Amino acid sequence: MSISMVKESMSFNTRKLLLKGNEASVYGALLAGCECFFGYPITPASEIANTSAEFFPKLNRTFLQAESEIAAINMVFGASAAGHRALTASSGLGISLKQEGVSYIATCELPAVIIDVMRGGPGLGNIGPEQSDYNQVVKGGGHGSYKCVVLAPNSPQEMCDFTFKAFDLADKYRTPVYVLTDGVVGQMLESVSLPDPIGKKPLPEWALAGTAETRRNMITSIYLDYDDLESVNLKLQAKYAEIMRNEQRYEAYMVDDAELIMVGYGIISRLIRSAVDTLRSEGRKVGMLRPKSLFPFPVDALRRLVGNADSFLCVEMSNGQMIDDVRLAIECSKPVRLLNRMGGNVPSLEEITGKCGEILK
Amino acid sequence: MSVNETVKFGRSKGFFETFDRRPGPIKKNMHYCPGCGHGILHKLIAEALIDLGMRDKMIVISPVGCAVFAYYYFDCGGISVPHGRAPAVATGMIRANPDSFVISYQGDGDLGAIGLNNFLQAANRGENMTVCFVNNGIYGMTSGQMAPTTLVGQKTATSPYGRSATNEGYPLKVAEMVAALESPIYVERVALTSTKNIRAARTALRKGLTYMREKRGFSLIEFLAACPVNLKKNASEADDWIENNMIPYFPLGRFKDVASDRSPIERPEPVFDKEKVVEALFPADSGLDWRKKEAKLRKELRIKCAGFGGQGVLSLGLMIAEMGQSRDINVSWLPSYGPEMRGGTANCSVVLSNNEIGSPIVKETNLLITMNQPSMDKFLPDLLPKGLLLYDRTNIERPDTDRRTYSVEAGRIAIELGNPKCANSAIMGAFAACLRGIEQVNYEEAFEEAIRKTFAKKANLVNLNIEAFRKGKESVKIENVN
Repeated sequence: MSISMVKESMSFNTRKLLLKGNEASVYGALLAGCECFFGYPITPASEIANTSAEFFPKLNRTFLQAESEIAAINMVFGASAAGHRALTASSGLGISLKQEGVSYIATCELPAVIIDVMRGGPGLGNIGPEQSDYNQVVKGGGHGSYKCVVLAPNSPQEMCDFTFKAFDLADKYRTPVYVLTDGVVGQMLESVSLPDPIGKKPLPEWALAGTAETRRNMITSIYLDYDDLESVNLKLQAKYAEIMRNEQRYEAYMVDDAELIMVGYGIISRLIRSAVDTLRSEGRKVGMLRPKSLFPFPVDALRRLVGNADSFLCVEMSNGQMIDDVRLAIECSKPVRLLNRMGGNVPSLEEITGKCGEILK
Repeated sequence: MSVNETVKFGRSKGFFETFDRRPGPIKKNMHYCPGCGHGILHKLIAEALIDLGMRDKMIVISPVGCAVFAYYYFDCGGISVPHGRAPAVATGMIRANPDSFVISYQGDGDLGAIGLNNFLQAANRGENMTVCFVNNGIYGMTSGQMAPTTLVGQKTATSPYGRSATNEGYPLKVAEMVAALESPIYVERVALTSTKNIRAARTALRKGLTYMREKRGFSLIEFLAACPVNLKKNASEADDWIENNMIPYFPLGRFKDVASDRSPIERPEPVFDKEKVVEALFPADSGLDWRKKEAKLRKELRIKCAGFGGQGVLSLGLMIAEMGQSRDINVSWLPSYGPEMRGGTANCSVVLSNNEIGSPIVKETNLLITMNQPSMDKFLPDLLPKGLLLYDRTNIERPDTDRRTYSVEAGRIAIELGNPKCANSAIMGAFAACLRGIEQVNYEEAFEEAIRKTFAKKANLVNLNIEAFRKGKESVKIENVN
């Protein structure tokens, strides 16, 4: 066999690795051409820092353990302002610390990717899985009227794919993009097919690249004149409306004839899927709508389901944060119920099927 | 100005000709108050950018404070950043592009209060940047509050009775503190007061910038500067006040200059070549073509492995997952993580399935592997009626259960082989033997492949674990056939 044939048979796309969700996100970032990782360790997101520390230097890319989450997001701010793809990752309280920086990045219209592997809160909470960062990530989180694109993977494969995609969306809309998941998806290991790596991208024209051509570039988020700042706000809102039109992502499962639609993201969506299979085998008409993007929320898909479905059930590992978006999406036209667990507990399959049974009775 | 007139003392080319970025009608002058130190320092920087040929590659980072609008004036890259974070932003910029130059321009609140950690950490990493620290002993932009460098007894809006050493402590000596660190190369304190002092400041600034151009590392220049408005003095009174009150506490001088001992910082070009990226991300030994070895399970296996932390139950689960992966079976593995792992019991969930895996969390299990008594007590109630139990007889009493039960002396096998750490391979051997009873396909070869792969980097452990695996497989005991 010739060498080229050997290479052919080992084509990148046909090869799989067993990876934790956290590890897979780093592969996705590196394959997307991410040049810099800045972060501070926190369970259950630490493998993102660990894996970055291993692989970024192998490619002469930057890994730097920052002195704090605050420093890390501001390092991302700097690398992004210089025109390079940059990543940070954290969880819960660490994300709270990053919020000021994210607000600046959003207002300066710079791309950035932030991975949040949610843990139990509030306060120091614990390291179990939760989904209680929903509001602080999906609704903006820091000061001012900004939002970030938020993608919600439910497997290591999607941790890789969505992180890869996040860099494209961040560049396209010049906005921070979150990859939001929970401790289970971050910690679990599954088989992952890796995408092809992309080459080096040209520096964007707005970058502070340290060249004669870019010398007069300027990046700021301070506008003393009220009308100027209002214009900046209006421009941002127009961008978010465009994102709302273009980027709604979801997975619909057995929804066509469903009387009850369950809505959940992250690890919950996998439990819901199993619950749908169980209930369908008993002849119950249930289905699932899984948001793969939380901003933009898949409003259009949910609205289309209102005609057939009698009611909705949100399953969440929080006090019920996403449920507000479901109610808004369907304009409260059908009952929306909540099944939730907190503190690091994941609802069991039996709890979910039991709740459906109660509703369908 | 007529065309014939020559300009002898024009504005430096380091500044814009007109300050068009400044809103409002005034485009020729800066927004700083008369007598303010910022104006003097801006001029020194602008001239240095030109004279040192650094303008095109320079980015001046504007702090929060009166100099937040520095980008109105400098004809080079400009960015305004969150309060105190300039050194972190600068770090991101120069790590992403080591060929650019960055001035982190900071006041006493920005650097000495809210941003002290970011500043010190950047200094301690020896980042290739120049920090221009403007110490005027007071908060200017918020109109006259106490700074970390406000003198003892000095009255401000937030120290109306005078700064007290017992309430606010003594003023922060930034230059001295930074000079005590190993990494920074150059630290000097100067004053923007008299002509003589300004000339010394000019020299110090250029020294720091030159070191940055040579990529030698981190420089701090602390500029004692006047804020006449908030000191409630006129410009010359403010300068006198600095010389009579600040300089005695903040002595001028060079605290550190070790640039000549340091080699330039080199950062290699990032790799984007696709083949090299693939090479780096794939372990060299992962070339097995799994597609030729597909296998079908009769049913989904939802496995719980549990034992003491340190018994290798997480690795046991990983090896089972590797085995499945090598036969194109869908697998998931989920550890108990965090403090639970340290010292106490550890467990992991493994799912093997020919279908898409739903939940990776194994609660009700059809295959329980336990390696210590607490795990047996904890997880046996979750074993489904038709499930299979496998336990390490070395450590665990025979359970009272009607489930199909197998046991193996994994711990004893491992000790006899001279390494208690291979008990997990011994119990995996027993597991392979159990599987032979419930599956049509023989997975033993796949398990041995998984061991070889797991210990690929520790060749001396491969044979040991293979041997433990085989001994475990041979000595499995049927306790209860159900």
